[in-house]
Amino acid sequence: MTNYLEFEKPLAEIEGKAEELRAMARANPEMKVEDEARGLDAKAAALLADLYGDLSAWRKCQVARHPDRPHCKDYIEALFSEYTPLAGDRNFADDHAVMGGMARLEGRPVVVIGHEKGHDTKTRIERNFGMARPEGYRKAIRLMDLADRFNLPVVTLVDTPGAYPGKGAEERGQSEAIARSTEKCLSLGVPMVSVVIGEGGSGGAVAFASSNRLAMLEHSIYSVISPEGCASILWKDAEKMREAAEALRLTAQDLKQLGICDHIIREPLGGAQRHRAEVIKSVGNAVQSLLKDLEGKGRKQLRADRREKFLKMGSKGLAA
Amino acid sequence: MNWISNYVRPKINSLFSRREVPENLWKKCPECGSMLFHRELSDNLNVCTSCDHHMQLTPRERFTALFDGGIFTEVKVPEPVADPLQFRDQKRYPDRLKAAQRATGEHEAMLVAEGEMGRTPVVAAAQDFSFIGGSMSMYVGNAFIAGAERAVKLKRPYIVFSAAGGARMQEGILALMQMPRTTVAIQMLKEAGLPYIVVLTHPTTGGVTASYAMLGDIHIAEPNALIGFAGTRVIEQTIREQLPEGFQRAEYLLDHGMLDRVTHRKKMKEELVSLCRMLMKMEPPVVGDLPAPPSEPELPAPAQPEPSQAAAGDEAAPMEEQKK
Repeated sequence: MTNYLEFEKPLAEIEGKAEELRAMARANPEMKVEDEARGLDAKAAALLADLYGDLSAWRKCQVARHPDRPHCKDYIEALFSEYTPLAGDRNFADDHAVMGGMARLEGRPVVVIGHEKGHDTKTRIERNFGMARPEGYRKAIRLMDLADRFNLPVVTLVDTPGAYPGKGAEERGQSEAIARSTEKCLSLGVPMVSVVIGEGGSGGAVAFASSNRLAMLEHSIYSVISPEGCASILWKDAEKMREAAEALRLTAQDLKQLGICDHIIREPLGGAQRHRAEVIKSVGNAVQSLLKDLEGKGRKQLRADRREKFLKMGSKGLAA
Repeated sequence: MNWISNYVRPKINSLFSRREVPENLWKKCPECGSMLFHRELSDNLNVCTSCDHHMQLTPRERFTALFDGGIFTEVKVPEPVADPLQFRDQKRYPDRLKAAQRATGEHEAMLVAEGEMGRTPVVAAAQDFSFIGGSMSMYVGNAFIAGAERAVKLKRPYIVFSAAGGARMQEGILALMQMPRTTVAIQMLKEAGLPYIVVLTHPTTGGVTASYAMLGDIHIAEPNALIGFAGTRVIEQTIREQLPEGFQRAEYLLDHGMLDRVTHRKKMKEELVSLCRMLMKMEPPVVGDLPAPPSEPELPAPAQPEPSQAAAGDEAAPMEEQKK
């Protein structure tokens, strides 16, 4: 069962009709519908190519948030072996919005950390929709420390609407936890590679993505604020999210041009949600090759590499 | 005749700028409603004389009050790319910037200065909430970094007064990237063994709190300052319950372990000087009001290298510093 986005409605109709025809044919073998169904398939394929050929910024936001996209858990299960989740911040709780632990990537031991949004109502609530609390960031800090001490690379998968805005989260120092997590990323003497697999929501994403190399999936976003939030503040109208999404320059392509993103991982036509296995494999390859880039660099060099990257950042705008 | 109206009159007007004559000689305290005479208020560092409410203070006013004799030197800040995203909402971003510059008379939302506080050499940076909500832009990031670099170069403590609604949306991801950028600057200070003190003023929220405002060696806040990550309204909408009295206020944060101290603005200078001097292992401060820094022998500046130390090695500079 495919979940269609709003702008994919025409596609849903055509694909639905084709499916209906085939169902009828199954029930009634005399009916000759295959030609017609194929015609509809071709039409659907053309429409898909058309829709995904040139996605607007707002549509990219919707694709980035698509519920069927592979999430952190899917990547970890498919790409890593011996994944051993490690829990807790040793202080207050274990935050299920953040998953992480030790694992092997093609045999090489690493520490992997990511935001997990959940895939159905039950898991979404359990994962708090991927919105981490201070405990989540503190767990990440602890895991990064572990990696640093044992000289293991850190791989982070970023997919969060943002850090959780809650009473307890504030009381337990959401800001401090995010700031410390960013600081930890920047102080690591081991290679750190991040991939934005869906949504890179503001400070909640920065805390995991201040790495040596940042890759983004083709239809992922990374932004200072959600388009809806920006629209309600600057346009005084939350419905102006299309304009806001455009103005914020939050797509992977914009970020590549601005020198924030180092590498874009291509998604097959129709997005990661339609080709999960293929996209997961591409992410694995990208992480491998980015880690390879950093091979042979010493601890000092890795830190200096990261610092220089961020200090230089923003020296060029979108020269258009 | 146009010469007079087009040239002379504007020239005269600009000489007698309107900013010098406050339109309103009285200001109402937003907290207790008392009418306060503007001069009395500014003499009291914009703290309400009847209820002690701490109102906004511009970086320039703050520095004038904090640096000895009101004397400080501005630290030069590298200019970032202007309007990097060519951002436009209901207004063009460059127009918003110009309007903010006109309204405040300042170039951007952060001012960095070096000078002496209680005869203690420091570098300080302050955010200007009246400039687009004090928002963290690329310029603010550059200013923060310039201040940190200056502090490292001069081997001085770095004091930062935060006040911001968060990152500047009009600079998008580039504003967000000031979180890691400023963090790098703090790491440079830490490696140089220099104190980094944050004074959180009303309000400090969003990406600023979630980066440099929460990474200080010491966190001091002004009374009743709003400090937090998410906005109160967002939280109430998310959890659908009313927040307790005083939520996200300085005293509340102090109770929850996020701050070292909440200090009245009028006591701030004394406290900063004392902390800086202890952290820098300097002699106790001289109590009382100090004039502008004169060139007296007891000042830390030109230390006479003792013969034994001078002979010990060629690292004259660090030696001098230690003597302070």
